[in-house]
Amino acid sequence: MNGLTFDIAHLLAGSLVLISFMMLYQDRLFALINVFALHAVVLALSVAWQAYIQDAHHLYITAAIALVFKAIVIPVGLHRIIQRLGIHRDIETAVGIGPTMLAGIGLVTLSMVLMLRVTPEADPLAREDLAFALSIILLGLLVMVTRRNAVSQVVGFMSLENGLVLAATGAKGMPLVVEISVAFSILIAFIVIGVFLFRIRERFDSVDIGALDDYRGERR
Amino acid sequence: MSGFSFDAVAAILFVPAGAAAILAAMPNYRMTATVNVIASLLTLLAALSLFVTDRPAPGQYLLVDDLNIVFIVLNTFVGFTTSVFSASYIAHELETGRLTAPNLRFYHAMYQIMMFGMNLAFVSNNIGLMWVAVELATLTTVLMVGIYRTHEALEAAWKYFILGSVGIALALFGTILVYMAAQPVVGEGTNAMVWSVLIEKAARFDPALLSVAFIFLLLGYGTKVGLAPLHAWLPDAHAEGPTPISAVLSGLLLNVALYAVLRFKLLLAASPQAIGPGPLMVTMGLTSLIFAAFMLYRRRDIKRLFAYSSIEHMGIIVFAFGMGGPLANFAGLLHMVMHSLTKSAIFFAVGHIAQVKGTQKISEIRGLTESHPGLGWALVIGVVAIAGLPPLGIFMSEFLVVSSTFARHSWLAIPLVLGLLIAFGALLLRLTGVAFGEPRGGTAPVEASYVPMYSHLALVFAAGIYLPAPLVAWFQHVAGILG
Repeated sequence: MNGLTFDIAHLLAGSLVLISFMMLYQDRLFALINVFALHAVVLALSVAWQAYIQDAHHLYITAAIALVFKAIVIPVGLHRIIQRLGIHRDIETAVGIGPTMLAGIGLVTLSMVLMLRVTPEADPLAREDLAFALSIILLGLLVMVTRRNAVSQVVGFMSLENGLVLAATGAKGMPLVVEISVAFSILIAFIVIGVFLFRIRERFDSVDIGALDDYRGERR
Repeated sequence: MSGFSFDAVAAILFVPAGAAAILAAMPNYRMTATVNVIASLLTLLAALSLFVTDRPAPGQYLLVDDLNIVFIVLNTFVGFTTSVFSASYIAHELETGRLTAPNLRFYHAMYQIMMFGMNLAFVSNNIGLMWVAVELATLTTVLMVGIYRTHEALEAAWKYFILGSVGIALALFGTILVYMAAQPVVGEGTNAMVWSVLIEKAARFDPALLSVAFIFLLLGYGTKVGLAPLHAWLPDAHAEGPTPISAVLSGLLLNVALYAVLRFKLLLAASPQAIGPGPLMVTMGLTSLIFAAFMLYRRRDIKRLFAYSSIEHMGIIVFAFGMGGPLANFAGLLHMVMHSLTKSAIFFAVGHIAQVKGTQKISEIRGLTESHPGLGWALVIGVVAIAGLPPLGIFMSEFLVVSSTFARHSWLAIPLVLGLLIAFGALLLRLTGVAFGEPRGGTAPVEASYVPMYSHLALVFAAGIYLPAPLVAWFQHVAGILG
């Protein structure tokens, strides 16, 4: 593998981690969704590049799904949902941006240390992809736990899933990648439809402990 | 490879899949319940035929071996009895208007898709396919948990969805890592995801990568097993969904995830330099057991009470499999079977109880043995069984878990016994109030079918008194496979 193909793959995977960081500090829903659309576009490029250098044509399908479904259909759908639900002005301040960014840096360090240490013999591209993918997954989880709004949780989950797709395409010759990306798209479609149909605004947590007890059926 | 035995595997998969398609198109709700029962019965018969027919050679996608037959038969049996219970439960829900006819069509189709997903997870020989199957089964249960469309049901479904999705995402990452570990040894392509190929060559996989993979798989599928601290979805999903779904969640879906963990545990055990899976599983199992045992005391909702009891028992089972060795594995398998049977029987009883009393609150249910003897005594027997009193089956399996722990690591038996006793106290405390004393709440007679719950309880009772020798031999054999 020559230097340039490696560098391009590296650049794309690295940008995905960077864009994941950008998600951490977005405090407006529309901005968050736009950043996610960018994430999906870069993922599509990255997957297409893998398809090209591995000469694995089925991966172009995964790239196309990422581009059409995740970069266009879902963001447009979410924009509509946010307008319908009237939550586009909401500002989220679940956890401060400073601590979140620090936690993000910690998670990325953790995944680099872990993945690079356990894969000394693997193909260098695959192992760095794996380290980046784990960073993206953990940052996606961080987005999910620091947000209150259901829509931004969904966005966090989708960015997490982008990390999985990156890992799966980086693993050379892995079967079922296309099937798995289709399965995930169906899952996400279900989640988004669920948010819309049931008007789930928040993840139901409230500072009112009484309300919480009621939900759980714990009150006498 | 004989043609007939392949048909059995195909039937296990295609009967539920076909039935789901038919049920989705059937407008008459009374017929749908019957078709659901018939389809479940046919699947059970197909599963039983696996015992007597030749098995197909492991393919790239499907596999039948001694280990998964136990799971498949248990799955289809409880699936069948639950469909019988479901028919009478659902009829009542229709009368009270909590569910409408279109809901029901959806519900029955989903029930069969869920059975398809679970059976597919059991027979899959491909770790990628297994992951897809578990995801499918989860997705259908999420939809069914939210079927009442109340605020609470939606909250429960949403929580289950999000936590379950994170769980399956972690499990997929673990699956990818297993592929990465296998790829240099097995070569690229589908073979590097075929379990029966992986297990043969696991000794040469990179142990560090395999260990990290197992941690992700344990966390991912462990979320589905309901292990603490990843259990948060479980009580809500059990309490807010329709009771037949609580029964299959506790009795079956948790086992599916457990089965996936066991398959990967075997893979790890075949690689001598990788971390031992045992200590991780023992720790998670004990944590779940003790945590759930304490949580049992503060429950006010009857379905939630038994949901925590499921966490407790899954903890015991994971603990037993984590201990390993022939005796502990035997105990774990037996406990899993007994727990599935008992817990689904309890949920059958609880479903009818909640319907006649019109509430799930423990404080509003009193004196059941007087007002509804059939249901009340079923609940008493079920709770006595689940609490681990002799002479019922769970006593025996718990006794085996404890005694094998004493023999190997006696200090581990202390927290184990403590957890069991704490849970025992909580369950009996709640039971006395619910089952005895002055009756309170609705006294309308039940139109319930007692057959499913009493047949489960009879099996549990019989297993506690006498286990047939062939069954013991079979379980010992499977325990041997599990290492």
